[in-house]
Order: sequence, then C-alpha cells, then structure tokens
Amino acid sequence: MKILVPVKRVIDYNVKARPKDDGSDVDLSLAKMGLNPFCEIAIEAALRIKDENDQCEVIAVSVGEKQAQEQIRTALAMGADRGILVEVDSPLEPLAVAKCLKSIVDREHPDLLIFGKQGIDNDNNQTGQMVAGLCGYPQGTFCSTIDIIGDLVAITREIDGGSEVWELPLPAVLTADLRLNEPRYASLPNIMKAKKKPLEVMALGDLGVDTRPRQTLLGVSLPSERKPGIKVDSVTALIEKLKNEAKVIL
Amino acid sequence: MKVLIIAQHSEGVLDATTLNVVRAALAVSEDISLLVAGSECRAVAEDARYLEGVTNVILADHPCYESLSAENLASLVAELAPSYSHILASANTFGKNVMPRLAALLDVQPLTDVLYIEDVDVFLRPIYAGNLIAKIQSHDKVKAMTVRTSAFPPVTQRTEACSLEVVDKVFDLQLSRRIKIEVGQSERPDLGTAKVVISGGRAIGSSENFKLLYSLAEKLDGAVGASRAAVDAGFVPYDLQVGQSGRVVAPELYIAVGISGAIQHIAGMKDSKVVVAINKDADAPIFDIADYGLVADLFDVLPELEAQLC
Repeated sequence: MKILVPVKRVIDYNVKARPKDDGSDVDLSLAKMGLNPFCEIAIEAALRIKDENDQCEVIAVSVGEKQAQEQIRTALAMGADRGILVEVDSPLEPLAVAKCLKSIVDREHPDLLIFGKQGIDNDNNQTGQMVAGLCGYPQGTFCSTIDIIGDLVAITREIDGGSEVWELPLPAVLTADLRLNEPRYASLPNIMKAKKKPLEVMALGDLGVDTRPRQTLLGVSLPSERKPGIKVDSVTALIEKLKNEAKVIL
Repeated sequence: MKVLIIAQHSEGVLDATTLNVVRAALAVSEDISLLVAGSECRAVAEDARYLEGVTNVILADHPCYESLSAENLASLVAELAPSYSHILASANTFGKNVMPRLAALLDVQPLTDVLYIEDVDVFLRPIYAGNLIAKIQSHDKVKAMTVRTSAFPPVTQRTEACSLEVVDKVFDLQLSRRIKIEVGQSERPDLGTAKVVISGGRAIGSSENFKLLYSLAEKLDGAVGASRAAVDAGFVPYDLQVGQSGRVVAPELYIAVGISGAIQHIAGMKDSKVVVAINKDADAPIFDIADYGLVADLFDVLPELEAQLC
C-alpha cells in the first residue's frame, strides 16, 4: 500500500492575516508559517493505515516554495517515510498544483491519496477533487472515517445536515475533515530521525505541466465590520429591543 | 453570457439554496439554465420551471445520477459546459464536492464561496477564515464557481413555466457507491435557511441542557446550531456546527448562548442581520460583534426568555 499525502505550507492558524498596506495581497512578510491543520489530519490518517499495515509507505509531497521543506520535515517527523517537494518560485493556483500532483501520481502510482479538505489560507477546498478529476479516480470528500477493506475504501462523508457512507475502489482520492482524527505530536527522537529521511526536490520545469495563472488577484481588503452593539440588563429589555428596535420578532 | 446552475435536490425536493444560486446567476446574465440531474427526478425539474429568473430547465434522469456522485455528475456537466460562460452551484458540501472536479475536467480554475459578483469576470470571495476578502478576476473561458448562498437572497416563484429540455447522456463511471445516508434527526428548520438560529457553546454543559435551546427554537421557529467546542464535547451532532469549518449561516436573528466567540465561529455567523449574545463572561469576544449583549447566566436567561416570548 502506497499513500500519497499532499501537504501545504500556510500561515500559522493562530495568526490573524492582514492585507498589505497597498491592498494588493495578503501581508505574509512577518507571519509565522506552519503545516496546514487539515493536512496534518491527512498525514495522521495515512499513518493510522500504516500502523495497521506492515507493507505501507507514506509519502508527503508539497508543491511550494523552498521553505515548504520544513512542512515536509514535519510530516516526516510525524512518521511519513519520504518526501517530495516540487519547488516553485511563487505560489501556484490549485489547478496548477493539481497538475503537478497528477504528474507525481503518474510516477509513484499510489493506491490512495489523502488531502486536507482545504488550506486555511485561501480556503479553496479544490485541490483534492481536481486531482481526482485529472486522474479519473473516485473521490471521497470531507471524510470523518476511513476504513480500508481489501481493495476498497469505505468512508463516512460529512455533509450539510447529516452524513453519508460511501465505498470507493482503490486507487482513490480522499479529503480529510476536521473530525477524522487528532493528529499525533512528533517526538524529539522522531524529529531528529526525520532529518535523515529522504526528501527529493524537483524543479517545476522538470514536470512539464502548464501552470500559467488563470486568475488575477485584484486586491485584498478587510470585510466590513459589524457595528458595536449595546448591552441590555434584563431579558425583558432584550425582548423589547428585538421587538421594537430590531423588529426581528413579533 | 449564459449561466448553467447545477441544482441540488433530494427526495423529490429542490434544495432551498438553489434559489439563492439563481439570484447570484442573475447578476451575470438573464439567460439561465438549471440542470436537474438525478434518478426519477422529473417532478423536481417540473417545479424548477416556475423559478423566477430560470429560462430553461435541463433534465438528466437516469439511475446513474441517483447519488449525485461527483464522478458521474462532473462528467455530465463537462459535456454540457462548452455552451455556457458561467457554471454555478451552492458553496456547500454538494457544490464543493462536484465543482472542482468539473473545473479540472474543463481545465479551468474555479472560484469557491463567491459572495459578490462585481462584473461578469470579477468576483469577491472570503479567504483566511473570512478575515479577508479577495477580489479576483477570472480569465477562463468558462467560469466555474460555488456561491455563498447566504450572501444572495432567494428568488421567488412565478406563474409561467419556462422550457424543459431532456438530455439522455449517461455517464455511468461506477467509480463510487453510496451505501447509506444519515440525515440529521431534526424537525426544526434547516440551519442554512432558518430565519432564526439559536446556537449553544461549551457552557451549555451537556446534550440534556441543549433541550433548553431546542425548546426556545421551537418558540421562535428557528434552528439550533452549536460552536465547535460544544460539538467536540459531544453535546450535539457535528452537522450543527456553525463556523468556518462547519455551516455558514446568515439568519435574521442569531442568538449565541454561552459562546465565547472564537474567530472561526464568528466567521460562520457574522453576516447575520441581528446578533444577540448571552454569556456570563462580560469580556467574551462575542460581545464585540453582538447587537444586543446580555451578561447573565444562561440557565437563568433561557427559561425566562422562553416564558416571556409566549
């Protein structure tokens, strides 16, 4: 069993992103960066399958700038076996990332790909589904459980207003939702060991895929803020306001 | 400009969010087709013919579309797509599942969660958990996108029916199989479309105590939601979670009970028209965005609120 887990370097989830002064883009100049939390869940899901299968290899792959090696090392420290970085000069759009990953799939022939459902930076929620489409693989999005049953994978999908159970033949693409698991912490010895695990760096040009941008970012702004409200001192006062001022209840 | 909307439906009923997607489509064009794919879904298509703004309904009725699997549906829509300038679906788990796969088949870069259409090729969408808004120009020939339905009011019904076109294209890829559907057990209105939402946080303390919220919701004909903390604590099912990684809601009235107001929760409800916060902690961040705050013990407030509302 070979599992490919694409991972993304993103702003640390505790940092509040700000626009640049000229509003042209997000200001990431001083931001602390880390492994996308949903990707961490995806790595953990792959490692749990590995824990139960002797013959299982977990490969962490990233399409990102040179520094994304740090996030691949994090995945290796958690327990992934090796890493691949497709090094780019500036971030690619999800479609281009998906094409890069497709070419890695063509080379590695994984049985399973597990993605985080979205990056917490651009919140696109696209790359997994796009890779599935490009490869012609079945897709299971927003997984809250994953069970390998022979050459099938059974998943629970979290959907609006409930959940669904699906069966997909391998190879397949899955995307991890928040509830799939609690990712493990990397121990210090494993962090040391991860430094010696193989991490292959490939140049984007070597893949020969079309990565031209399809969109232009015209600007980044802050959303309109809610106006500060008032405090009321009793339930009676609250109901009075809702009825007569806000007029949202009868 | 020609728009194709991928309709979501289940058990013979069009999903209410589709009405919001039609409104978004009207910002692009007056030529709007609505695709109803499914199995034995002619009645849904017939109903859709009376939707304001829709000029053509396309019915693809075949057992292979029964589960609306992304694989079969994306292949079908990819076949129809070249006649359209824009393809829209709801930015919910349905649309977010199928649209990127479709976009990959069309070799276009999709847009997720569009909340404002400035021009036929310029769109606003939230990034960084709604903390920032990106303005994006798309250069693709076909613009594929999911729209945040709470940002667009629903269209209404009209008396005259539009045309109905039947397509018999079958894409039976047999790549995935739905085994089971578990729908959340709730007689209350759906979170995504309810006019009133009452959400509870960790301070509610137990699933037993959530009954206080349900009882109030019944009074106000509202839906019950929850913070991630309440969901993680197991008080209520996951599908009630309001927030960046759960449901995004924008009701007329949002009542946050015992919710401190983590940034991820606020991202999921800050577009509500009126926000009420009830919390013991006067410094809870939820009060910064609430129109009306009440600093009090929720176990005193909820019964009193219910009693005074009758």
